[in-house]
Amino acid sequence: MEHIVIIGNGISGVTAARHIRKLSDKKITIISAETDYFFSRTALMYVYMGHMKFEHTQPYENWFWKKNRIELKKGYVTRVDTKQKTLHFINNDTLQYDKLIIATGSKPNKFGWPGQDLDGVMGMYHKQDLESLEKFAPNNNVCKRAVIVGGGLIGIELAEMLHSRHIPVTFLVRESSFWNKVLPKQESEMINKEIISNGIDLRLGVNLKEIKPDENGKVKSIVIAETGEEIPCNVVGLTAGVSPNIDFIKDSEIETNHGVKVNRYLETNIPDVYAIGDCAEQHEAIGNRRPIEAVWYTGRMMGETVAQTICKNRIPYKPGHWFNSAKFFDIEYQTYGWIWAEPKENEARFYWQHESEKKCIHISFDKNTKEFIGINCLGIRMRHEYFDKALTEKRTVNYVLEHLADANFDPEFYKLHEPEIVAKFNNEHGTNIHLKKKSWKRIFNLTN
Amino acid sequence: MDKHSSFAISNPHKVTLDNIQKLGLWLGISGLLILVLATLNVHLEPKNIFVLVSIGFILIGTTVYARRTYLKQPSGIKNNHVWFKSLTNRSVLGWSVGIILTLFYVLLYWFPKFLGLGINGEPNSGLIVMFDSISMFFKEQPASQWFVYGTLYTLAILALGIKFMYKYRHNQYQLIRTTVVIISQLFLAYLIPEILEGLNSETPYFAKDIKNMWPLNYYFFESWHLDNMLNGGTLGMFYLVVGIFMFLVFTPIITYFVGKRWYCSWICGCGGLAETAGDPFRHLSSKKLSAWKLERWLIHSVMVFIFIVTVVVLYGYFTGSGEFLGLSIYNYFSKPYGFLIGAMFSGVIGVGFYPMLGNRVWCRFGCPLAGYMGIIQRFKSRFRITTNGGQCISCGNCSTYCEQGIDVRAYAQKGENIVRASCVGCGICSAVCPRGVLKLENGPEKGRINPTDVLLGNDVDLMNLVNNKTSKF
Repeated sequence: MEHIVIIGNGISGVTAARHIRKLSDKKITIISAETDYFFSRTALMYVYMGHMKFEHTQPYENWFWKKNRIELKKGYVTRVDTKQKTLHFINNDTLQYDKLIIATGSKPNKFGWPGQDLDGVMGMYHKQDLESLEKFAPNNNVCKRAVIVGGGLIGIELAEMLHSRHIPVTFLVRESSFWNKVLPKQESEMINKEIISNGIDLRLGVNLKEIKPDENGKVKSIVIAETGEEIPCNVVGLTAGVSPNIDFIKDSEIETNHGVKVNRYLETNIPDVYAIGDCAEQHEAIGNRRPIEAVWYTGRMMGETVAQTICKNRIPYKPGHWFNSAKFFDIEYQTYGWIWAEPKENEARFYWQHESEKKCIHISFDKNTKEFIGINCLGIRMRHEYFDKALTEKRTVNYVLEHLADANFDPEFYKLHEPEIVAKFNNEHGTNIHLKKKSWKRIFNLTN
Repeated sequence: MDKHSSFAISNPHKVTLDNIQKLGLWLGISGLLILVLATLNVHLEPKNIFVLVSIGFILIGTTVYARRTYLKQPSGIKNNHVWFKSLTNRSVLGWSVGIILTLFYVLLYWFPKFLGLGINGEPNSGLIVMFDSISMFFKEQPASQWFVYGTLYTLAILALGIKFMYKYRHNQYQLIRTTVVIISQLFLAYLIPEILEGLNSETPYFAKDIKNMWPLNYYFFESWHLDNMLNGGTLGMFYLVVGIFMFLVFTPIITYFVGKRWYCSWICGCGGLAETAGDPFRHLSSKKLSAWKLERWLIHSVMVFIFIVTVVVLYGYFTGSGEFLGLSIYNYFSKPYGFLIGAMFSGVIGVGFYPMLGNRVWCRFGCPLAGYMGIIQRFKSRFRITTNGGQCISCGNCSTYCEQGIDVRAYAQKGENIVRASCVGCGICSAVCPRGVLKLENGPEKGRINPTDVLLGNDVDLMNLVNNKTSKF
């Protein structure tokens, strides 16, 4: 029986294992050094905040793995011998494989800051980071202040976590506005306000110079590069992005760059070795995507794809239309298609913001053809299917707005803003779009 | 990581209370204390004033506390520290409240004299005498233990319903649903029946809570109740006809259109208490597959049990016989059901065990009416919880906060809509989802479950392959 070994028990590796099991009777082993069982990495924050216990982040009960004959091995792989098809572990254990899937995810970036390895400095990615935070920031007596370095999604989540335990937070963001490499100005501005209104000391446009130790090798303070200001703190969160977690294969035969180099079939340069998820790097970026996509959803998709290939149905990884989501304190964010921080040459923009509530939508469309390109929604939930279909069918912005009532996904009885949104667009573009009533038929594709 | 389940009384991440919150707590506790003292036969005089003071303090105190607590923070989901707090993580406070509630139910059902019920013509004392004045006002008779229970029950739904509304003030569905469930309890279950009782003091007693229909109201078809309705004049006939109509016609039709939520989380008294007083305990329901199996066995067994009991009592009613197949109808059918299901299950375990098993034990494992509507909801209804394409991140908030113990995430992460018999449509899974993945909807039956595993975002051809299910996985 062919033995498939997967290194990494995150969403990518586990999805691959589940789908290989669906399709075949192969022997499957998942290796992890992090945890015994698969858990949802995106939910770590909720454990620290007390919304859930750690076991609630595990999507499958513990009997699930045995029942589906997926073997779990806890161990840290130090070396991959592709000639012998053998994995070597830190405890000198070895394991033979017939096919290997590398799904080791990411690790937090460290840019060689002085003091970046002190006690009390941590990322927020692994379960061990959570345990470390629990140790160094259990409450605001032990941790008088925390400093977060890096303004991305993990940074703001860490700010929310610490805030939930009433620990004062200073948030250092390199950009001039939160996440404005990704978000257009208006959305970014709304998130700045949300961060500040939660009592976070947000510092925009600053970099970390160094982290200073006390006499016991623990964090004492940080220094800001631009101003030289020293801020006393007990915890430093490094959240300036992540990189593929692939140190253990750097000296193997497997070709790597930032990540493990893979072709469109998620195959590496070595036969029978594949890489998926955060640690995989495409030779050629797919469409507007980055060669490395450290996103939950893409990890899941790669897992589904590689399972087909391994089970005698070799198919390329073809992600559909881009989508993503996040939550910034109390503001939910969904995005469908592409809406860049700065409009491209051919793009026009339409922005609507609620006068008092924290809600806005931002649409990108082609100046000339009026084709819909993408949308950001803050504080309003929208139907994934609706925009996916609009993108596939290359609908115009006018069509998208005309049927916007079909898209709304807010809970029942919520106030609907579609009429206001359409009126604003008509006003700005001299169009005469009439909002159509919500239609189940269209939503469910019962007819076209 | 599990150090939070310690037996410490305090939350390790204490939140300091400000003076307004403290005032609210003091008022609420003082109000409760008046009732506790009365139970111990220490009465503050005049009783008719102090019972109103007690109710007022509880109501105002809760409102002041909740208003201050939630308005201090920005609106949004407020589940911080839920698993750290002694009351809500099955620690000392939780157990204490559970034990006190359980004892209260035991006394109420089987030893009401310890609560002060006057027996053999003696006047009331203890807790019950406190409510004589209110009972006299409605129906010119001293309070029974059931009148006291109904009053306190309504007070709990009202006070903690207001708290719930502050907590979910950003969510229109929750606000409307909670308003309806409070009004429903206050008027349909409490004020109107009590006033009708007072107006019809000549006719024999029958249940006047119009929404408390058979089989939840298990004694509806018992001989004494049928007789009392038949001898209850126009009103009695009205309740008899409406009671049967509600169950046979109204319930299936409404459940077809909106699911069982119209009853379970919008109207029902058990649901009303669960959604308001029980809200802090919703995450304690078991999500295990084994719990789901137990649930299906239990709830359907209770359904069969009540059906048999009802057939037997009706047989007895129409034949005038006290026996069925040689067994005493009262001793072998009505009494065990009333004891085991009516008292033990729905009262003692159903409410007393809130802090241990979650707030919907009865609704999930026992209620025959919920079981009946659940079958309709599962197989013939427009209601579903829609999953938003491929947006689920498997975080587990939805499953954790499902009071019915549904593993919502198991469906959402597959892109499947949720159609489960036990869902009461409280809407909290949708509220706590950090990615906006879930929406309660009444849509066409076609495409209701959407069982295609379509996780949007991936290649369509691949999804077709994925959906060629080769194994039950």
